[in-house]
Amino acid sequence: MNRALSRLYFGLIAAVLLAPLIVVAGVSLNERKRLLFPPQGFSLQWYGELFQDASWQNAVTNSLSIAALAALAACSIALPIAYALWRYRLFYARLLYGFGIAPFILPPVITALGYLIFWTQTGFYGQFWAVVVSHGIFLVTLPLITISLGFETIDPAYTEAAATMGADERTVFRTVILPMVLPYIVSGYAFAFVISLNEYIIAYMVAGFTVETLPIKVFNALRYGYTPVMAAVSVVFIGVSFAIFGLVAKFGDLPKLLGAWSPREE
Amino acid sequence: MSSIDRMPGRTGHRRALLVLAYPSVMLGIFLVLPFCILVALSFYYRVPGGTYEPAFVLDNFANLAKAFFVNNTVHTLSVAGIVAVLAVALAFPFTYRLTRLPRRKQIPWLIFVLVVLALSEVIIGFSWSVLLSRTAGVSNIPVWLGLMDRPMSFTPSGTAMLLGLTYLAFPYTVLVLYPPLSRLDPSLAEAARTMGASPVRAFFTMIVPVSRPAILAALIMVFVFTLGAFVIPQVLGRPQHWTLAVHITDQALARANVPMAAAMSLALLAASLLLIAVTVAIGKSRRAVP
Repeated sequence: MNRALSRLYFGLIAAVLLAPLIVVAGVSLNERKRLLFPPQGFSLQWYGELFQDASWQNAVTNSLSIAALAALAACSIALPIAYALWRYRLFYARLLYGFGIAPFILPPVITALGYLIFWTQTGFYGQFWAVVVSHGIFLVTLPLITISLGFETIDPAYTEAAATMGADERTVFRTVILPMVLPYIVSGYAFAFVISLNEYIIAYMVAGFTVETLPIKVFNALRYGYTPVMAAVSVVFIGVSFAIFGLVAKFGDLPKLLGAWSPREE
Repeated sequence: MSSIDRMPGRTGHRRALLVLAYPSVMLGIFLVLPFCILVALSFYYRVPGGTYEPAFVLDNFANLAKAFFVNNTVHTLSVAGIVAVLAVALAFPFTYRLTRLPRRKQIPWLIFVLVVLALSEVIIGFSWSVLLSRTAGVSNIPVWLGLMDRPMSFTPSGTAMLLGLTYLAFPYTVLVLYPPLSRLDPSLAEAARTMGASPVRAFFTMIVPVSRPAILAALIMVFVFTLGAFVIPQVLGRPQHWTLAVHITDQALARANVPMAAAMSLALLAASLLLIAVTVAIGKSRRAVP
């Protein structure tokens, strides 16, 4: 494609992708409790309300703690599978890998309904921990992919050297392998964290009426009465995503994490 | 590989199984078991009034053949198809050009795409409903310029829903296309150029045809992704635009007909699996024929 043409195309795509973000940011600054764009007046009170109002505060706490714990659970399940797949090449490890990827590829409404039924049957429907576990399993895919990539980058010469010097498997794992895959674990955690923070349907089906997360609260506000606080929440969410992905890119190789192959380094 | 690395034999296997014990238990209890219960429940008998009891009846699947569900399935599949085509058509040239940039310049774009990808469906639905609304939407621009008398609302409507879904699918499509396109040999386009093709022509006669398997795979992935959309059809569409995902939730929560919802989601699952199997088969045949 022509360079000027592709610049124009990039500009158009960027404009369309940005448009809703700009509108939401603008709406969040309205002085009165009305949906106006461009905003009338200037006020940061809706951001203040987000951090003071008890019910929004509660949703923030729920979302952050669910995301933090679910991402931890996802990594804890993904790491042994990725390790076993790399170290032993077992068919069984490949099977578990497939299970780990499946819920993320299929329409999430299926997973959501599965959990609704499962938690109802086991008597944990509507509980905080049910949401954590459901998100944890649903998001295993992300750390599984990044950590597997991490293992692929390890030069076998290192583990060999450690083994010839007398280190047993556990020591090799702790002193050689773990430090090398740690950046990939961290980025897997970051991806899972951000997606959990924004996930709606599973959280809604598992505990939508008892554990209110931010997306659920925003959706309820959307249906049952507008408040500019929801625009303020959206802006904060976008800021958090930018910060986390920015950090991943700063400390990791983002193109590689996303599947770019040849190391065409400049 | 070294002698200790990837050591087969009994000790190696035993250790591997030890390592895999915890993930097996977690995935077994919290992934495989819920799925089995879902399958079982789709055969349960629904007691009118909201409960269900164990049985082996095919009523729920028979209900799937009713006009309402058939029409809705056709509607859902067409919506997902249109969105998949739009998203891939828009994302392909974008992703191709992105992969041709130096890596350092790709990073800000990738961060941006990831941020949009992470946006909750709820936030996308909300922001587009603002953008298309009468009071705060795009129609205020022509009014301000004096081209229109009064602002108008474009939402809720089928078009608004398609727009929102395409927006939702776009970053996902970019990330699905990114790995295969970044592996395209840069000499391909150069060869076409030296033979006298203009850049645009080289793109359509060279890059698009060699990427056909990647395009097909992306179409199917985006199709399945869109099948799961749940919030946007409700926020930007009218009830007649609702997709299967909305109706499944509606059956389960509002109508308290869990067995019916289970049967519907299994039908959705079967359709998705079938399409993924096609994708995998295409991927395999691509590898077989160089």
